[in-house]
Amino acid sequence: MKITRKEFLKLSGAGLVLVFGGRELAALDRAAGATFPGGAKPRPRKQWAMIVDTAKCAKEPGCTRCIEACDAAHNIPAIPDKAHEIQWIWNEPADVVFDESDVQYLDAARRDEQIPVLCNHCDQPPCVRVCPTGATWKREEDGIVMMDWHRCIGCRYCMAACPYGARSFNWVDPRAYLANPNPDFPTRTLGVVEKCTFCSERVVAGKLPACVEACPEKALLFGDVNDPHSEVREVLSESYVLRRKPELGTGPNIYYRI
Amino acid sequence: MFLFEKALEGSRRYQLWVAGLVAFIGVAFVVYLHQLRYGLGITGMSRNVSWGLYIGQFTFLVGIAASAVMVVIPYYLHNRREFGRMTILGESLAVAAVTMCLAFILIDMGSPTRALNVILYPQFHSIMFWDMVSLSGYLFLNAIITVNALHAEQQNLPLAGWLSPVIRLSIPWAISIHTVTAFLYCGLPGRMFWRTAVLAPRFLASAFAAGPALLILLCLLARKLTGYDVGKKAIDGLAVVVTYAMLANVFLLMMELFTAFYSHVPELTEHLKLMYLGQGGPTLLGVFGQVSLLLMFAALAPLLVPRLRRSERWLTIACAAVFTSLWMDKGVCLVVCGFSPSPLGAVTSYVPTLPEVTITLGVWAAGALMITVFYKIAIAVNAEEGAEHSPTYEPGGARGPVGSAAHASQAGVLSSPGQFPASGDGTSGRDRR
Repeated sequence: MKITRKEFLKLSGAGLVLVFGGRELAALDRAAGATFPGGAKPRPRKQWAMIVDTAKCAKEPGCTRCIEACDAAHNIPAIPDKAHEIQWIWNEPADVVFDESDVQYLDAARRDEQIPVLCNHCDQPPCVRVCPTGATWKREEDGIVMMDWHRCIGCRYCMAACPYGARSFNWVDPRAYLANPNPDFPTRTLGVVEKCTFCSERVVAGKLPACVEACPEKALLFGDVNDPHSEVREVLSESYVLRRKPELGTGPNIYYRI
Repeated sequence: MFLFEKALEGSRRYQLWVAGLVAFIGVAFVVYLHQLRYGLGITGMSRNVSWGLYIGQFTFLVGIAASAVMVVIPYYLHNRREFGRMTILGESLAVAAVTMCLAFILIDMGSPTRALNVILYPQFHSIMFWDMVSLSGYLFLNAIITVNALHAEQQNLPLAGWLSPVIRLSIPWAISIHTVTAFLYCGLPGRMFWRTAVLAPRFLASAFAAGPALLILLCLLARKLTGYDVGKKAIDGLAVVVTYAMLANVFLLMMELFTAFYSHVPELTEHLKLMYLGQGGPTLLGVFGQVSLLLMFAALAPLLVPRLRRSERWLTIACAAVFTSLWMDKGVCLVVCGFSPSPLGAVTSYVPTLPEVTITLGVWAAGALMITVFYKIAIAVNAEEGAEHSPTYEPGGARGPVGSAAHASQAGVLSSPGQFPASGDGTSGRDRR
């Protein structure tokens, strides 16, 4: 009996599934599809992504509307001590966000331009790889990197692994710093890690993420990057974009249009 | 518990020491309860430096635990009988060190009540899972070996045959615990300071210097306090191990420095500059880095001169320098430096707080207590066995249960209970003078 390479891949894939569990199956399937153009098409799967239009964002200097909307929606405590801050989406100077950008001769005003940063919901998230309990995982149906705040043991290995500083730890009781808690979203407890969830609770109800909705300049665009007809794909097909630290192979899903 | 009654009696000095340790552990435990209630916010750790002293101690102590192989290999594998009296001390040091490691991991957890989630939802792709497996396995192996070796010594019997494969297994296992610990760090994509292939080799080199250095100091202390002498040959042999391992460690460090500074890649140099130069003036991290580097070379100088290395006074100084240097390097700088600058370029200073230092010292006190009790038991068993049997193998020299240094050393070389019967016979004649 002669086994073709494709059949061999499928067989060894089935073996791997036995060892590593079902989660790897879909990825393997896609990989096989990509390697052999004649084979089955990769299974269509959503991957939520976001494009930050930095020019539009810069039109409102000092604007923090997206951050405020997120903080209110997700019960993010206002902890004055910078060391203990919880951040899901926040602003950083442009040259910090893009460490390869050359800003030495840029106008001081433009150099201070603030750019929102958040979890990149990576294709290959290092935080998920290192988590010892599965408290953070990449959701199969839409690619969101999720968090289970009841399973997290607070070892902070994910914080060491994240190359984007997108994860926050509850060093102190966050509930003491919540003025008006939103009853529709859980508050967190002491000693767990948290981060942006791409508003999984809103997306599931067909709504846009809170930050996207709140932006007065419509500088944030949200959509399925795996859908060739989506708006995000349309923008990506005609603009130069940057991603943060693409060289690390994490496959970030936040794009910055320059 | 097995032989535990031997730890309950002792001189007034012994009782005071144990009581002092217990009291300090109690204080540290109360501080830990406060940390549990208030959160890890009472430490100096922060959003940017999210691991600190606790994880640093854990990393350093895994090395101390692994370094027990440096006496296990010559004694069991190469049948070097002069290591006989030292081996039981090395193995029980490993047991204490692994226990301290587990304590530091638990203390560093934000939600320690959920610690069992690591077993309930095992993630095979997480290095932390494998670290747990390797550490608990190593603790288990060493506990079995230590208890059985003591038992054999007490009965003056050779080691049970089934223990041989267990001891052999513990050797690669020791290497694995520190390799896996290095993998915790060097497998992270965004942390350039750790993401180096020499991290695991350097971990092993520094471990095999720091661990045996500590063991030499403990052996000398044990002799001074109790008269239990591991023998000059064992000390000298281990001092050579310390020397080679420290040389390997310094060599690997030089490799890191060359690669970073000659290639001139900022991602590589910025961490090392923070560690050895500080930032626009002396920082705590910078001072630690510099002192650690200085002590590395200061320790090598006497170690490399055979005459000084064989002098106990110089060896004590060198071992203390090796231990302190590597503790500063691995127990503090390694972790803090990996986080500074942060992925977003922020340099956040990290200064451990008083509660954090108290809890850390509490775990070290618990380690000291374990060592005290283990050594007390081991030495008591040895003295008992020596008192019963010493006349048969050293006619002229039967003295008290804990004889003079010379007597004790002889007994160790000649009797070697706890060796395997078959392997022991071949060389005993050669060792007998």
